[in-house]
Amino acid sequence: MKEKSKARIDGRTNDQLRPIEAKIGVVSRADGSAVFKIGKTIAYAAVYGPRALHPKFLQNPEKGILRCNYNMMSFSGSGERVKPGPTRRSREISMVTEKALVPVLSLEQYPNAVVDVYVELLQTDSGTRCAGISAAAMALADAGIPMKDLISSVSVGLVNGNSVVDLTKEEEDSEGAVDIALAVMPRKKEVTLLQLDGILSKDQLRKTLELGIKACEQIYKIQQNTLKEKYKNE
Amino acid sequence: MGELLIKDKEIVTPGQVLAVGMDYLPAQNSFREGDKVISSVIGITNVSGRLIRIISLRGKYSPKEGDTVIGKILDMSFNNWFVDIDCAADAVLSMREVSEFVERGADLSQYYTFGDIILVGVSKVTRSAIELSMRGPGLRKLFGGVLLKVNPSKVPRIIGKQGSMINTIKDSTGCKISVGQNGFVWIQGEPEKELIAVDIINLISKEAHKEGLTDKITGLLQEKLGKQNEREKQSKD
Repeated sequence: MKEKSKARIDGRTNDQLRPIEAKIGVVSRADGSAVFKIGKTIAYAAVYGPRALHPKFLQNPEKGILRCNYNMMSFSGSGERVKPGPTRRSREISMVTEKALVPVLSLEQYPNAVVDVYVELLQTDSGTRCAGISAAAMALADAGIPMKDLISSVSVGLVNGNSVVDLTKEEEDSEGAVDIALAVMPRKKEVTLLQLDGILSKDQLRKTLELGIKACEQIYKIQQNTLKEKYKNE
Repeated sequence: MGELLIKDKEIVTPGQVLAVGMDYLPAQNSFREGDKVISSVIGITNVSGRLIRIISLRGKYSPKEGDTVIGKILDMSFNNWFVDIDCAADAVLSMREVSEFVERGADLSQYYTFGDIILVGVSKVTRSAIELSMRGPGLRKLFGGVLLKVNPSKVPRIIGKQGSMINTIKDSTGCKISVGQNGFVWIQGEPEKELIAVDIINLISKEAHKEGLTDKITGLLQEKLGKQNEREKQSKD
């Protein structure tokens, strides 16, 4: 027997993602939008632009800029009410979302413009920044912004010393768990986001990342199919 | 040896590999990376010979010289109007590019003012600015009527081959219709017929990729106009 097939708290195997559901065009007034559900986590992303950027000192005459905003809705947690408005945490995640997405965007043809991405979380159960990035990538594609690739994102980590993908809140909070947020450009397998929380060995990290990149490929297929499906029906 | 990985008229997503090898060349909305040709937008493929083109299904209007667009006056300075043509940057209409003679130091709002809708040509596109011109046949301020917005990628279908589609709608409804390349459509005519034209144009933009659309639209127009005529007769009786 392989070690892989050992069941986790919710009965999944180590390399199994939670059930994923995705949809395009969910925000009618946005230029592009998407929803990405993974397990109990639900992320909405809306893209506006490219449009003129104000105030002027933020403009870049060489190419357009990307502005991301990550927000957890006040009712999104499983326990207490999440205090609305920007926090240290949400500011940081907005920043890493932007840094994860910018490498695939070709904004050279939109000087002095901005592309705004709003990521809203309606319900959360771990892996929110990853769900947000996956949703945002689809929304950007839906907005017709030239991209070199999509971005697929998933959380990976170590639970009870085993490498696993897509941790739930329960797993994340368990003793000695390691949580890694990972975003990948699926075609070239280049990593655009890697945030690690916990202690693990080099070998374990290598093995876990390998597992994560494979999971990202699965997510990429779902993203691609969702995008194609919408325009087939339209 | 090059290998084509997609069929003609297939829907592709950004980052999808379209062809391998140097035999194929990236054209519109695609790019080369190593020996691969890759799509950069979501769109429909168009393979002609060695060229692979992607016709974008989404996205904002990208202005081109010579286009006719419909815009809204946003702001004005001493010698320019700033016009919103719904693209990534604001467009500028200089007072020298207007068909009327504008005296130096005149109040520009006497000619066009905030919120006016104008049919205007794109005269010059540079990295820093989009310049507009009102000099040309049919370019003018639009009074009354209805304005609707469709996706700019559907505009060729609304116009049809040599204007066949738009002329069909114009002739049968008797409405004046102007289509801007930026996706704005302006319609003016009898109120009921205006509504019919709006419905028809919305339908075209929804089913733009389907075949046999002209026949369907012609049929639908006759049906709708017939119903309306009946209603008019009844109200007269």
